[in-house]
Amino acid sequence: MTEPRTLYDKIWNAHVVERRDDGTCLIYIDRHLVHEVTSPQAFEGLRAAGRRVRRPDLTLAVPDHNLPTTPRRDALGNRIPIADSESAQQLAALAENAPAAGIRYIDAVAAEQGIVHVVGPEQGFTLPGTTLVCGDSHTAAHGALGALAFGIGTSEVEHVLATQTLLLKQSKTMEIRVDGALGFGVSPKDVILAIIGRIGAAGGTGYVVEYTGSTIRAMSVEGRLTVSNMAIEHGARSGLIAPDETTYAYLKGRPMAPKGADWDKALAWWRTLPTDAGARYDRVVTLDAGDIAPSLTWGTSPEDVVAITGSVPDPMSFADPAKQQAAAKSLDYMGLTPGTRMQDVSVEHIFIGSCTNSRIEDLRAAAAVARGRHVAAGIRQALVVPGSGLVKRQAETEGLDRIFIEAGFEWREPGCSMCLAMNPDKVPPGERCASTSNRNFVGRQGPGARTHLVSPAMAAAAAVTGRLTDVRDLVA
Amino acid sequence: MTPVTIVQGRAYPLGRKNVDTDVIIPAQYLKTISRFGLGRGAFETVRAEPGNVFDDPAYAGAPIILAGDNFGCGSSREHAAWALNDMGVTAVVAPSFSDIFSGNAFKNGIVTVVLAEDAVERLIEVAKAGEPITIDLESLTVTTPFQDRFAFSIDAFRRHCLMNGLDEVGLTLARDVEISGFERQMAVDRPWLGAATG
Ligand code: SF4
Repeated sequence: MTEPRTLYDKIWNAHVVERRDDGTCLIYIDRHLVHEVTSPQAFEGLRAAGRRVRRPDLTLAVPDHNLPTTPRRDALGNRIPIADSESAQQLAALAENAPAAGIRYIDAVAAEQGIVHVVGPEQGFTLPGTTLVCGDSHTAAHGALGALAFGIGTSEVEHVLATQTLLLKQSKTMEIRVDGALGFGVSPKDVILAIIGRIGAAGGTGYVVEYTGSTIRAMSVEGRLTVSNMAIEHGARSGLIAPDETTYAYLKGRPMAPKGADWDKALAWWRTLPTDAGARYDRVVTLDAGDIAPSLTWGTSPEDVVAITGSVPDPMSFADPAKQQAAAKSLDYMGLTPGTRMQDVSVEHIFIGSCTNSRIEDLRAAAAVARGRHVAAGIRQALVVPGSGLVKRQAETEGLDRIFIEAGFEWREPGCSMCLAMNPDKVPPGERCASTSNRNFVGRQGPGARTHLVSPAMAAAAAVTGRLTDVRDLVA
Repeated sequence: MTPVTIVQGRAYPLGRKNVDTDVIIPAQYLKTISRFGLGRGAFETVRAEPGNVFDDPAYAGAPIILAGDNFGCGSSREHAAWALNDMGVTAVVAPSFSDIFSGNAFKNGIVTVVLAEDAVERLIEVAKAGEPITIDLESLTVTTPFQDRFAFSIDAFRRHCLMNGLDEVGLTLARDVEISGFERQMAVDRPWLGAATG
C-alpha cells in the first residue's frame, strides 16, 4: 500500500524534473499563458541573452488588461487605434513578440479573445493534473479544473519561456471544506468571500489550498473558477478543486482539449488524481454553506467581508490593534461611518465582469435581476463586460445583451476593464462601485475609487436600486 | 546581477502591515515595457500623506525598508521589485512576506529578511534614531550600532545566488539533459500534453 496522497502531492510528483538536497525542485510547466502586461520585459531579457522560447507549443498569448472595451473596429471594419500610447506600446509588443517566437497569439479582434483566465479553460488549454502558470496573480483560477496553477512574476515568465520549468519548494497544504446547500440568492462569489472573511487575507500564505465538500462538488466549473480565482486573496498562491465528471463534461470537445485516444488516456489518468481517503492536510478549515449569506466587502482588504444584512463595523470591534488601525483607515478611504447599514450605502458605478465573474453563468445571474428593471437614476455608469468574445456571443444568442441594454447597462467588448485602472474603464476619485471583481485595494479601480466586491446578482441589484441591496429582496 | 553580501545604511521605518503591490507601485505605472524608471511612482499613495517616511530627507536614498506583516501582498507584478530597485532599495525586513513578492525580490537581487515582530519594532526605533542597520548574508544577522543582533535564515540556494550575483535562467539552462529527458518521458506517459495550441 502506498501512503494516501493529496491531489497536490500527485500533481507535484508527476512534474519533478530534478530534486535538490534542500528540497527545492525543478518543476516542469505544462501550460503557460502570456498577456501583454507582464511579458515585454521577459521577451526583452531573452533577446538580450540570445535565448529562445523552448516550447512555444505549450504557450498561449492573449491581450486583455490594457484593451479598451469599446468597439475595436469602425463601421468599415478597420481597426480603431488605441489612444493611450503606453497601452498601445504594450499591446504592440505582445502582438510582435508572441508570433515571432512561434507562440499562438489570439488577437484583440479574434472571437476567442478574452481575459487569460477565461480563455484558458474555455479553449481547453487548461487541463486537470497540469502545472499552469501565468504572469498574473489570479492564475489560481485554473485550479478549478484540477490544474496546479499559480501566478508568477516577469523574471519567472522569462524563466519558463526559456526553460519550461520553475524552481519551486513544495507548499504546505490546506483543506477548505464547504458542505451543505447554498441558500437562495447565495452564489459561489459569496462562498469565496465568506472563506476570505473567515481565514483572513494572509490566512493561506505558504499553503496550496484544496477546496472540498459537497457545496464545491455541486458547483459548475464556472462557479468553481470564481472560488479558485480568489485563492490569492486569502494569501494562497494556488487553489485546487479535484476534477470530476463535471470537469470532464465541461472539457470534452473544447478546441485545445485532447481528442480520441488521447482523451481516453487523459481521462484514465485524471481519474487517479483526486486526494486519497485518509490523506493528511497541514491545516483544515470547515464552513457550513447554510451560514453563508449574500456578502460584500466594506473596506480595502478582501478580508473585510460582511453579510448584506449587516452594518459597517466599528474599527474598535477588532481585537488586533493593527487591524483596528487598518479598519479606521479603510473606512476613511471608503467614506463610511461605523454602524451604517450596508443597504443604506448608495453607489454610482456598477461593474459586472473580470476573471472572477464574467462567464456565461455570471451574466445569466445578473440578467435575471436586471430583466424588466432599469438602472437607478443615481448610477453614472453600469458596465457589463463579458470575459471573452465567445462568452459575449453566447450571451447574445441567449438575448442577455438586450436585457442589459434595455435596463440601461452598457454592453462592452471583452477584457479586464474596470477590474484594474489600466484601461479607459475607471471609477473616478471618491466614487463608489459595486464590482464583481476580486480586489478592493486602495486605488485598484482608479485613484481614490471605492470598491465593494459583490456577486453578479448583487451587482445587478445595486444597479437597479442605486444602493447596496440584498438581492433576495428583489427576486423573492 | 550585482552580487550582494552586506546591505548597510539608513532604513525607511515604514512599519505598516499588508503593504500590497498596488501601494508599492500603482497600476498606472505598469504600462512600461522596460524595467527602469519605476522609482518615480513607488509608494505614491504613501507619499501623498504629509510627513511620510519616503519624503523625509532623513531617510533619503535608504537601501532598506522596515515593514509589518505580509509585505508585498496582492498582485504578482514584478514591477514592485523593479520599483524598489529603481529607488535604490536592496533589502526589506518584515515579519512576513507574500510568497510571490519574496520570489520576485530575490530574482532582482533584493534581500527579504524575515524577523519577529518585536525585532522589527526595535529596528524601527533604531532607524528613527537616524542610525544605520547592517544586514549580512555571510553571518545571516541584522545588527545595529547599539549591539542589537538578530539572526535570520534564508533559503540556501537563494543566498548562494544573491551572494554570487547568479542569473537563474542560465543556471537552469545548464540542466538541459534533465529537462529533455523529462520531456521524452512525458511524451510517453501523458502524450495529450504536447502541441497544446495545435
Ligand atoms: S480581470 Fe482583473 S484580476 Fe483578472 S486578469 Fe484581468 S486585471 Fe487581473
